[in-house]
Amino acid sequence: MKMLMKGTEAIAEAAIRAGCRLYFGYPITPQSELTEYMAKRMPEVKGVFLQSESEVATVNMLYGAACTGKRVMTSTSSPGFSLMQEGISYMAGAELPAVFINVMRGGPGLGDIQPSQSDYFQSTKGGGHGDYRMIVLAPHTLQEAANIMGEAFDLAFKYRMLVTILVDGMIGQMMEPVELPEWKNIEELKEPDWALTGAKGRKPRKVTSFDLDPYELEKMNLRYQATYKRVAENEVRYEEFKIEDADIIVVAYGTMARIVKTVADSARKEGIRVGLFRPITLWPFPYERLSKISQNVKHILTVEMSYGQMIEDVKLAVNGKTNVDFYGRSAGVVPTPMEVLEAIKKIAR
Amino acid sequence: MATVDKIVAQMPKSLSKVEFSYCPGCHHGIVHRIIAEVIDELGIAEKTLMVAPVGCSVFAYNFFDLDGTVAAHGRAPAVATGMKRALPDRIVFTYQGDGDLASIGTAEIVHAANRGENITTIFINNAVYGMTGGQMAPTTLIGQKTTTSPYGREPKANGYPIRMSEMLSTLEGAVYIERTMVTTPQNVIKTKAAIKKAFQAQIKGLGFSMIEVLSTCPTNWGMTPIEAMKWLEENMTKTFPLGVFVDKTKGMI
Repeated sequence: MKMLMKGTEAIAEAAIRAGCRLYFGYPITPQSELTEYMAKRMPEVKGVFLQSESEVATVNMLYGAACTGKRVMTSTSSPGFSLMQEGISYMAGAELPAVFINVMRGGPGLGDIQPSQSDYFQSTKGGGHGDYRMIVLAPHTLQEAANIMGEAFDLAFKYRMLVTILVDGMIGQMMEPVELPEWKNIEELKEPDWALTGAKGRKPRKVTSFDLDPYELEKMNLRYQATYKRVAENEVRYEEFKIEDADIIVVAYGTMARIVKTVADSARKEGIRVGLFRPITLWPFPYERLSKISQNVKHILTVEMSYGQMIEDVKLAVNGKTNVDFYGRSAGVVPTPMEVLEAIKKIAR
Repeated sequence: MATVDKIVAQMPKSLSKVEFSYCPGCHHGIVHRIIAEVIDELGIAEKTLMVAPVGCSVFAYNFFDLDGTVAAHGRAPAVATGMKRALPDRIVFTYQGDGDLASIGTAEIVHAANRGENITTIFINNAVYGMTGGQMAPTTLIGQKTTTSPYGREPKANGYPIRMSEMLSTLEGAVYIERTMVTTPQNVIKTKAAIKKAFQAQIKGLGFSMIEVLSTCPTNWGMTPIEAMKWLEENMTKTFPLGVFVDKTKGMI
């Protein structure tokens, strides 16, 4: 049965159904409804909701809760995500699984509260210190966001990695009908063999991101890199929309990809064969597939609600095989279908 | 061949075999042993999780034979909060120095205490940043020379030594806060009793407990261990008086 839900609420309910019973958060627009939903809902499912004193504290509470091997999550928006970067680096180093929701808004600085995609660099290239990665998933509808929550937790635990669901204020705030995912039986979730639970009948365990011996720390880093390699080999996800006969392939993710689907249809009515390539995993980025399909097209156009961040990965994938153009608006301004169509026409001429 | 009738002293089970990295005359080792003895006596080793800080005691997670982690600088109370909320029937404690707890981590300790988070904090106050080489701490005494207050701490430029036990004791959620020192066997016994009480408060689910232990740092103070103990007793206790600042455990433990 479909329910009319707000994006933040659909994500929150889907997370609970995916087995998350520990939520830590701090209010920030445009995602406060997610925090509020958890405040109301967690007691109903015998879960834990805690409003922290800051995002700095939130991420460290997440660190502590994740140490116990349970499904934990938080949600925030851009400035809050910046504050969490310290803890994200520590959690990545300690190989702790957790899910972050970043409902992006306009920046830099205090910016504004309107939708944006300007945290792409921060999420995919590592906003904190050290050589680490996190899996970044970018759903483009509420249904996809709800569906992806279970997968986010599964990936986090499979690889002992952090997973960020990167959406913008549009997905966070809009309402549409959602078919909520099935309930995960939390009794079936196994306690990981690294979890800190008190050393009862076993040797004590330590979870850290720390070793002062550079050769030991290098070993840890090589282990992280081996994990990242496995993820890059096995977990790339993307969607292709009308690319078979396309002369121009637009690369876009999240809300922007949704707008481009409309634009592709309009362009085709005007005789311009446009397709969409939509990365669902922003990290690992679908370099190989994009490289392959870029061989047969005249133009690649990257469209973002930023001044050009994902385009750097697009260029790495295309590697000079064809032209790569860009159109984007940011700071909370969402490009209209008409604007994107104009940008396409300009290239087509 | 002699037989052992009674063991009067042995290494606590909750201490690991890893050699301490502390300087001669430093009080971390004494406090570690006290904590381990208390955990053994209360029989809680198998359900205890510890959170080490950043500072000289950054390796503390390895010195205890317990499940443990090391938090980012100052964030131990938030990490402990996450653990305790996930596993409310376990015992969770943080071990933090003055730079960690009284400077970079003030927000985390204040709010953990204010929430009445059912955790225990052992706070080592030696009035100096030890691991980074003796810089001025928030607890550095007025006039005290450090590498970043080479002319002595001057209030107009650097403010005043911060009294965390007094400050936190004003918060409703704090149930037991005491300041002690370990300069004599008698003081060691008093500190052990305080730490035991703090853990008992947690076992009973009463709320936040903290024991601040005034400690020496002979290396960074530029003193011998004996001189350092004397300096602690004569100077630190004037700014940081010993005593119980809040006790809501009466009749409860």
